Amino acid sequence: MDTGDAAWVLTSSALVLFMTPGLALFYGGMDRSRNVLNMLMMNFWCLLVIPLVWVIAGFSLAYSGAGSVIGNFDLVFLSDLSITDESGGSTLLAVIFLGMFAVITPALISGAVADRMKFSAWALFVPLWLVLVYCPVSFWIYGGVWGEGLTGWLGTRGSLDFAGGTVIHVNAGIAALAGVMVLGKRRGWPGEGHPPHSMPLVMLGTGILWFGWFGFNAGSAFAANGVAIQAFMNTFLAAAAAGLAWAVVERVRDGHFTNLGVASGIVAGLVAITPGAGFVAGMSPIWIGLIAGVVCSFAVGVKFKAGYDDALDVVGVHFVGGLVGSLLIGLFADPDFFGGEFDAGLFYGGGLGLLGEQALANGVVIVFSFVVTFLIFKVLDATIGVRVPEPVETTGLDLEEHSETAYHADALTMGRL
Amino acid sequence: MKLVTAVIKPFKLDEVKEALKAAGVVGITVSEVRGFGRQGGHSETYRGAEYKIDFVPKVKLEIVLDDPEVARVVDVLVAAAATGEIGDGKVWVTAVDDLVRIRTGERGADAV
Repeated sequence: MDTGDAAWVLTSSALVLFMTPGLALFYGGMDRSRNVLNMLMMNFWCLLVIPLVWVIAGFSLAYSGAGSVIGNFDLVFLSDLSITDESGGSTLLAVIFLGMFAVITPALISGAVADRMKFSAWALFVPLWLVLVYCPVSFWIYGGVWGEGLTGWLGTRGSLDFAGGTVIHVNAGIAALAGVMVLGKRRGWPGEGHPPHSMPLVMLGTGILWFGWFGFNAGSAFAANGVAIQAFMNTFLAAAAAGLAWAVVERVRDGHFTNLGVASGIVAGLVAITPGAGFVAGMSPIWIGLIAGVVCSFAVGVKFKAGYDDALDVVGVHFVGGLVGSLLIGLFADPDFFGGEFDAGLFYGGGLGLLGEQALANGVVIVFSFVVTFLIFKVLDATIGVRVPEPVETTGLDLEEHSETAYHADALTMGRL
Repeated sequence: MKLVTAVIKPFKLDEVKEALKAAGVVGITVSEVRGFGRQGGHSETYRGAEYKIDFVPKVKLEIVLDDPEVARVVDVLVAAAATGEIGDGKVWVTAVDDLVRIRTGERGADAV
């Protein structure tokens, strides 16, 4: 393997790993002070469990073999992986890099189930969901013998997903909806407000996410080349455009530029550019960011009308942002720029074919992920239960589930600091 | 003996403390409290959803004084705590039946 490529993808792997703690802070700051440690722990739990599941069987099921719907067991327990063969360890590097994506995908769901999910149920949900939902969905779009082209049934049809708009964000976003439908609303929602307890944590988490996302998207070129450079530029521009769009919507609609609006817009833009990061160029990332920022800023209000308690807006930001970004590839994909072998979008002379493939891939993933996640939650509910008892929810999950509390210093500072 | 209790704006605490010390007050107990008066609460907006914060943060001071000092100390406190804006808080004075200094066992006005 080219040393420059290896260096960039190893660096990107570390960047993507850092996104999960960043996500934990982004969510944790939005959560209430009595549940912030539970939120951090749900995210860090993914960092503990997924790497092991991933090398035992996850990668093999998600990427190995030449099937069309699911991988095989050829690479379980890292068997047959070498650094002295012709590929010089590139498959092992793929296990590392893609393992970081496997960590953060179930972690995204934690924001929806915040404040009321039993930790033991979450602990089991994470590996179950990875194997039953993430691995097959990943194979449909990216599956095939590593380095020898796609064989997954959606990927071979021509549907595009550069870094995981459908596989990660739409998939986790719709799973979050299924989860909260089994879990039910938090006590007092929506009448009793649940405002963020620490906006500075949210902003810090947003910064870490943006930083890490350069590895997520530009690393997905799996090389240090022009595609990586354009993916990096797209990640830079779409996040800025979406943050700006969301902030302006709030200024016009609600009267103020808010920090949470800026943070939410940045994340929505990052989500939306993820599927197209290696397929769009020029001003397209700005359009994608602006559209995603506006659409998501309204999508987060849907839960109040529809009555599902998606606590920290995983559906409104990740599902909707991922879906918008994935469908927009059907308009903006530009194979000439990349010298690539993929279909062109509507605005680049490709007709409606690609848009149709994008709609099909997302539709299939939405149905599959929703149904299987719903069933996993139902089974967990019927066996160990998914929801904490009322006193635990009222006292706070930090103390009751983890025997810790986040903040002790209030009495010493008299609130003047 | 009287107990002077004041609820004030938190950012005024240092100013009030210095003014009371300058006026000869030798002890103050403070606590962080929340509440509302005529000021009411305020609202905050997150992702377009408005949240009403009914109880706003205040600081409560408690000072035990011998009767002759009360009027002067209350005046000093009010002058230091006032901004003229709504939400400046209140001061009230209540009678104290007995007082003990724990270290020495002194009682009544001697323990102030």
